[in-house]
Amino acid sequence: MSGPTAYQVDHVERAAQTPDTTQPWAELGLKEDEYARIREILGRRPTSAELAMYSVMWSEHCSYKSSKVHLRQFGEKTTAAMREHLLVGIGENAGVVDIGHGWAVTFKIESHNHPSYIEPYQGAATGVGGIVRDIMSMGARPLAVMDPLRFGALDHPDTARVLPGVVAGVGGYGNCLGLPNIGGEIAFDPCYQGNPLVNALCVGAMRVEDIHLASASGTGNLVVLFGAKTGGDGIGGVSVLASETFDSTGPTKRPAVQVGDPFAEKVLIECCLDLYAAGVVAGIQDLGGAGLSCATSELASNGDGGMRVHLDRVPLRDSSLSPEEILMSESQERMMAIVEPARLEEFMAVARRWDVEATVLGEVTDGSHLEIFWGEELIVDVPPRSVAHDGPVYHRPLGRPAYLDALQADTTAGLPRPATEGLGRTLLDVLASPNVCDPAWVTRQYDRYVRGNTAQAMPDDAGVVRVDEETGQGVAVATDCNGRFAQLDPYAGAQLALAEAYRNVAVSGARPLAVSDCLNFGSPEDPGVMWQFAEAVTGLADGCAQLGVPVTGGNVSFYNQTGDTPIHPTPVVAVLGAMDDVSRRNRSGWQDEGLTLLLLGTTADELDGSVWAQVAHGHLGGRPPRVDLAAEQRLATVMVEATARGLVAAAHDLSEGGLAVALAEGVLRHDVGATVSLAGLRSRDGVDSFTALFSESGARALVAVPDPDVAAFEALCEEHSQPVLRLGTTDGTSMHVEDTFELGASTLREAHTGVIEAALARDVTPRHAATGRATGEGRRASGS
Amino acid sequence: MRVGVVTFPGSLDDHDAQRAVELAGGEAVPLWHGDTDLGGVDAVVLPGGFSYGDYLRCGAIARFAPVMDVLVPAARGGLPVLGICNGFQVLCESHLLPGALVRNDHQQFACVDQRLRIERVDTAWTGDFAQDEEVTIVLKNGEGAFMADEHTLDALEGEGRVVARYLGPNPNGSRRAIAGISNERGNIVGLMPHPEHCVEEGYGPGLDGLPFFTSVLRAVVDA
Repeated sequence: MSGPTAYQVDHVERAAQTPDTTQPWAELGLKEDEYARIREILGRRPTSAELAMYSVMWSEHCSYKSSKVHLRQFGEKTTAAMREHLLVGIGENAGVVDIGHGWAVTFKIESHNHPSYIEPYQGAATGVGGIVRDIMSMGARPLAVMDPLRFGALDHPDTARVLPGVVAGVGGYGNCLGLPNIGGEIAFDPCYQGNPLVNALCVGAMRVEDIHLASASGTGNLVVLFGAKTGGDGIGGVSVLASETFDSTGPTKRPAVQVGDPFAEKVLIECCLDLYAAGVVAGIQDLGGAGLSCATSELASNGDGGMRVHLDRVPLRDSSLSPEEILMSESQERMMAIVEPARLEEFMAVARRWDVEATVLGEVTDGSHLEIFWGEELIVDVPPRSVAHDGPVYHRPLGRPAYLDALQADTTAGLPRPATEGLGRTLLDVLASPNVCDPAWVTRQYDRYVRGNTAQAMPDDAGVVRVDEETGQGVAVATDCNGRFAQLDPYAGAQLALAEAYRNVAVSGARPLAVSDCLNFGSPEDPGVMWQFAEAVTGLADGCAQLGVPVTGGNVSFYNQTGDTPIHPTPVVAVLGAMDDVSRRNRSGWQDEGLTLLLLGTTADELDGSVWAQVAHGHLGGRPPRVDLAAEQRLATVMVEATARGLVAAAHDLSEGGLAVALAEGVLRHDVGATVSLAGLRSRDGVDSFTALFSESGARALVAVPDPDVAAFEALCEEHSQPVLRLGTTDGTSMHVEDTFELGASTLREAHTGVIEAALARDVTPRHAATGRATGEGRRASGS
Repeated sequence: MRVGVVTFPGSLDDHDAQRAVELAGGEAVPLWHGDTDLGGVDAVVLPGGFSYGDYLRCGAIARFAPVMDVLVPAARGGLPVLGICNGFQVLCESHLLPGALVRNDHQQFACVDQRLRIERVDTAWTGDFAQDEEVTIVLKNGEGAFMADEHTLDALEGEGRVVARYLGPNPNGSRRAIAGISNERGNIVGLMPHPEHCVEEGYGPGLDGLPFFTSVLRAVVDA
């Protein structure tokens, strides 16, 4: 390829000669002192290409400059014992956990919130694509994806634009990629009206010896870019989109959103796996946010030398792109490998077999700088660490929000509660509410079966996939967060998210091993938000230390707000667990009559922040349920052991909607009913029937046990001091709470299903985001 | 008994189809879209997925793959061929089967455990079913509505070439609720649902898919 000639580039020599040239650092999102620091690092003004690289790599999204000082706790609070199963920790593309028998599992959760509001389909699709490449870049075969989603009010007109687009995007990309979608969440709250949360998780597996890392070492080794061509999409997408909020009067940001090609990614996955199998990859990095800027600087700074790259060799979809744009482009489905020269021909042969374009861009040098050439001109000459790792660190001011005292004082104690004869009606109302209703409209748009290793998916408590087809060894993953709890108390809210995901994994029968988190918050420049963030991170780090499960990686998403109103703090927590034989996993509903229903854990009057308070009174206030991690750990120990011993027929964790919803969902799963009595629970825990049914106390699960195993199960509970109570049995086709109500499965189903469809059918006209002043109104109506 | 499973770029359920063949007792032979011979296999499965991304009409590009140049005449000569989902679309695009698969009438991708009735049991792929047996098979696609003109539909019905039909509410707007069809001879079957996802206890809804794969092994032995 001949070098470019006509384009007048800003090169290093020229930068040194023209120190006073005015540069658009502010437009690129850099602060004045950050620009000054770049000049100090380089000893001259940066070239325009260097400025582009620093601006994108030092953005909040890439540098974690506001969150770093808090995130350190995850490492500091991880003990040696917690590292026992950790093969790769925080800092790499994704953490890696040893699950035994030579298998390593990697998983990570990330956000794609802002792109998904602007362009729901592509934003969500490329969110899936990005996290899958993170997993691939560890050397793993991706096994499954999950997607925790949060939208504004279900009945808001703009939700009818965003929700179907996001779901179609997650499905369109994931289905075409051939990865089963095994779970996630869907939640609605007006606080997300102008700022939906689209998080995506991927889990992958490899043999322990096949772990790959992102480092460029070995002088003379080649830097190979492979996958899709580079185009103009997503230029500055990361820094622009993740650092600003939306203003309907501003220019359209649509072109900044990347466009995904799942076919290219599927081919890239298979190509990468063949490359790994051939042993021709010395280092690997995916191209995601900040594109080539990130990949080159990360690989070089993790290696032991420098790197020289010829940018004009990058295959382009749009020949008019400037070198700065090529460096910032976030075109999807691209990877960068470090390859020994002697293995290049083998590398190219594998790429050719998959029709994947691969180009040698440069080589690893024995220097210490990342040098990027455009034709003959040196346009970037930087210490790579200064770009990738030594970005600014901010100690943002933080302050407990002034409204919090009043919010916490406004408990549910004074709200009218239904009398016994109204409890059945209350249950139907709760089942029909957006956050409890059947999410099948969403989940049936996802392929949960592809590759044939899915042991369990939605609507069960955790997604469970087989890793080893010979032995049945596999993993369970659950993601959870109740933003309403976190709004009331971010420290406790983060721990409750952790507790619920941990419980979901354990109730499914898997031993919880590791955590990944996606921390969705408002603006870090708001001291109240920063306080929420610090509280949530501290809560999560403390909780992980107590449960003995390390955080292996994750993602921070700030600036989730509309105008000055931030979203509820939403620290989504993913927990990964391991099972020796996933065919033993527990489904959340019972299939047979005559099973004994046991309730594990104790129930207190904890209705602040509950679904009932939301549905019956539109209320959010008070304090979230008490966190008891020792009780969670006890419950997990019992569930994992009982499952391994084959004592469990079905098990379902208690969370939103409490015991009432858990029972109803258990009945609806296979249309096998239940007859239970609350008398024992009322007298043991000192609660009334309403509290017994709708309280959202933690560390509880509903377990169906075959009659012959009940004694053994109860003995196991006693051994671990686990409170357990016989509630009743499975029978018939209705949910019968003695002396309280009896509702047929068909009545429950009528309330529970079709809720999302019905809401969308009311307003299916696609609307452009910019017409959504209505979104602001929805937000204001939400208060807080 | 050797059953080839073709992998096109973008095939997704090829691994699953190979596993199903093995679980049925056969030997699965991976075939590549660029292959110019079939390696002496006794039958072929065209698996599900999005061949070449299916950005054009589904299966429209796969039809021109080198492997199809050898597969089409072999199928016309009696080689048992099962096209599943995208494979069914490829068979229609190759004119080995009539009709076409178009976008679901509800305009969405849908993944459901679908009830079916097996209506033709003298094909190479359905011999182990009982006539009119009702089964549950995974259905997952965005463009799964079978479409043909009335004359063709009448002919398919009249000649008994409707292999499987959806039960309950029509899941995608298929004409006459058709889920699968065959050629006259019965060696070529196209099926929108995915039997390869129903072959292993605990990984999919039951084992109702397995007879498709055991049937062909028997058919080949008997032939």
